[in-house]
Amino acid sequence: MRREYTGQGTVYEDHLKLDFSAATQAGPSLPLDRRQFLQLLGGGIIVCFTVPDSLGAQEGERRRGMGQQLPQDFNAFLRIAEDGRVSGFTGKVEYGQGIITSMAQILAEELDVPLDSVDMVMGDTDLCPWDMGTFGTMSTRIFGPALRAAAAEARAVLVGLAAEQLQAPKERLRTKAGAVYDEAGQKRISYAELAKGQMILRHLKGVAPKPVSEDTLIGKSVLRRDAAAKVTGQAKYAGDIKVPAMLHARILRPPVHGAGLIHADTSGARAIEGAQVIEDGDLIAVLHPLPDMAERALAKIRAEFDRPAPTVDDRTIFDHLLKAAPQGQTVAQGGSLEEGRKAARHIFDQTYLNSYVSHAPIETHTALAKIEGNKLTLWASTQTPFALKEAAASLLGFPAQNVRVITPFIGGAFGGKSNNQQAMEAVRLAKLAGKPVQVVWTRAEEFFYDTFRPAAIVKIQAGATEAGLITFWDYGVYWAGERGAPQFYNILNHRTVSYGSGWGSTPGSHPFATGPWRAPGNNTNTFARESHIDTLAAKVGMDPVEFRLNNLTDPRMRRVLQAAAKTFGWSPAKAPSRRGFGVACGTDAGTYVAHMAEVAVDKNTGNIKVKRVVCAQEMGLCVNPEGARLQLEGGITMGLGYALSEEVRFKGGEILDSNFDTYTIPHFSRLPQIETVILDAKDSPFQGGGEPPIICMGGAIANAVFDATGARLLQLPMTLERVREALFKRES
Amino acid sequence: MKETIAFTLNGRPASLEVDSSRMLLWVLRYDLGLTGTKYGCGEGLCGACTVIVSGKAERSCVLEMKAVAGKKVTTIEGLATNGELHPLQKAFVEHDALQCGYCTPGMIMNAYGLLLTNPHPSRSEIIEHMDGNLCRCGAHQRIVQAIETAAQRAGGA
Repeated sequence: MRREYTGQGTVYEDHLKLDFSAATQAGPSLPLDRRQFLQLLGGGIIVCFTVPDSLGAQEGERRRGMGQQLPQDFNAFLRIAEDGRVSGFTGKVEYGQGIITSMAQILAEELDVPLDSVDMVMGDTDLCPWDMGTFGTMSTRIFGPALRAAAAEARAVLVGLAAEQLQAPKERLRTKAGAVYDEAGQKRISYAELAKGQMILRHLKGVAPKPVSEDTLIGKSVLRRDAAAKVTGQAKYAGDIKVPAMLHARILRPPVHGAGLIHADTSGARAIEGAQVIEDGDLIAVLHPLPDMAERALAKIRAEFDRPAPTVDDRTIFDHLLKAAPQGQTVAQGGSLEEGRKAARHIFDQTYLNSYVSHAPIETHTALAKIEGNKLTLWASTQTPFALKEAAASLLGFPAQNVRVITPFIGGAFGGKSNNQQAMEAVRLAKLAGKPVQVVWTRAEEFFYDTFRPAAIVKIQAGATEAGLITFWDYGVYWAGERGAPQFYNILNHRTVSYGSGWGSTPGSHPFATGPWRAPGNNTNTFARESHIDTLAAKVGMDPVEFRLNNLTDPRMRRVLQAAAKTFGWSPAKAPSRRGFGVACGTDAGTYVAHMAEVAVDKNTGNIKVKRVVCAQEMGLCVNPEGARLQLEGGITMGLGYALSEEVRFKGGEILDSNFDTYTIPHFSRLPQIETVILDAKDSPFQGGGEPPIICMGGAIANAVFDATGARLLQLPMTLERVREALFKRES
Repeated sequence: MKETIAFTLNGRPASLEVDSSRMLLWVLRYDLGLTGTKYGCGEGLCGACTVIVSGKAERSCVLEMKAVAGKKVTTIEGLATNGELHPLQKAFVEHDALQCGYCTPGMIMNAYGLLLTNPHPSRSEIIEHMDGNLCRCGAHQRIVQAIETAAQRAGGA
């Protein structure tokens, strides 16, 4: 069920209205012609298919505002080689989310081939269909149906060919394990035999995928297919790629954002054997055949910068952002707030804050650029290989078809690897040096140039009756964006207003770059909403789960809440019950989630020990339940970080955190007991899996802390100092 | 200063002329082509570069070459024997104990170091030993389970 709002969009797709223009400013990628494509692939059978109109329309709708359209005639999602192996092609990339496995499942299911015979080719701009980028939890819910449709059509084409070869009516033929069978005639022909030396361009319109009831692979847990390569060290990431004569770069960086270079003396670097110094306008870099020697040479450069005086820091930023906020945009509205206020017995105002948070993938931004004549090959850790292709072509003045971006495995991304700055640096340096250049950011560069999750503010006023019905909801979010902002409770009188972009910044707002961070905006919005709902429940004197159910009719949300409560063993009690139990729920990427947490709070130190987390998720038809559980566990674990310890400290444009000693991401010892529940929803379309399970972590823990102590935490992360402050405030 | 440093690498003798103040990580990755050992932080804070040096898990990004002279170094590439995965590697596969996989070699090598000295660690000993190895994807729970499984099957083997 999709809930419509009177605002500009639906609750799920709102993030897509945000501006991707920086990442996708060039025009659409030109599809390869068929001859080029076959040259790249070798022989095999190519199945042309047309995107079903409904999917095309959906895709077009989702891409509005991005200056891009899916190519209408993109050719191939799959290839059946002469040895019977099947390649699946996707512009999506694998950074841990597991689509290398689940997409192979979708393809194998619909084509009727053994899973072991399928290889996924991902994020290679010469081989794969154009793709906007891997973000927004869209791989399965958007690309999945398109891949399935391609496979359905391919199978139907193969059956048609088999009918001719076996001289049997199509209706009598069945497909299984990569072959077509004529059971009556006891005849069989494999897909490989059908494909032999032939190229078939046959369109079959309107082929419906198999009914879900016939699925044997989709919905079945399978182990990750990339695990063997990853546990042996054989899996290649961008930094593991080597080409002859390549050089490693280290680039001179300013000490603070906004600093200008006054003077640089590079003589010390030039004195290092094998080092080559590049000076090109604002770019000063050292190249060396060994990265650590490049680093040593860079350290010899004496540079002077003018540093702008800091105007904001991590404490004053919230006031600054409120002042800098542009006019709000109403996202959702209904009824009359005035009527709602009149009907309320309890009215409650609150402001919620969250700090800047870093993506901090363990693999830093990496790229290798190789220019040969007028051709560029780029290996990059990127979520947007096709946007990178266009940008690199434009930088070099090459036609886009002369640029190939290859995306090896990516060592974590979380929204932070969409800008491709490191790849553009590699391209520029390779051009200047006339040799292949690899750029691997140091950890300090990774923190400095990260596009942080923005600091944000949410202001809510809401009221409820004595009987526990919410009568109005007046909600304003500043700088987090609207994803996850429209509430889903039954509130007749409501207004949701979003001030400022969810990740872009306007001049004078954020002092450095910000960007999408796993479920952008939703962590901020869900923390604020669910904290406020909890406060209303406490004011009314109702159990927090009961209060939510009292104000909910959406069956999917009721179902996840009840499932979480059952697994957790929740029994009704008014907060603070001193048990340390907290609940939060939300929606993201078409998926519904509810989390419950149990905490213990050390009142002397302020330490929050999260003992247990339960997450129930309803994500439509789930392709690989075990793979989805991994995402749930990952979301919960990563969510502990922004809830408890992660915040970027800064003074003006100076980023004070440069490594993991001061920026603390979750460690093994922080880990709660985790239980996950994936609700069966086989008859629903695919929804998102990777981002939803992180959105409730701030709210569930904050509510559990309130339940344990009676103190309400209003700012993320809930550091020791903030917990002690809240406890002190409650007592005084 | 360049000098000849000889050590045992994954069971085979290795000798190279190298600046002895360079860190083992870069020599492994670029001079010797063993890219399974990863760069994550450069300061010994994340564990992605963990290797075994004479029976002990070490952070290769802060270990100078002079410190490995005459020692036995094992990297992730040296863990499988005759094509057979080590019990830890098998257990990581069976438990889906990874996502992006970038921290995985360091996780496995650090766990290997633990099992060498403590073949049957308790859960809290595993957590304590692994605490300095960072995983951003959140595979921690499964990593602990995988180490437990491997220890049950093989101990320090």
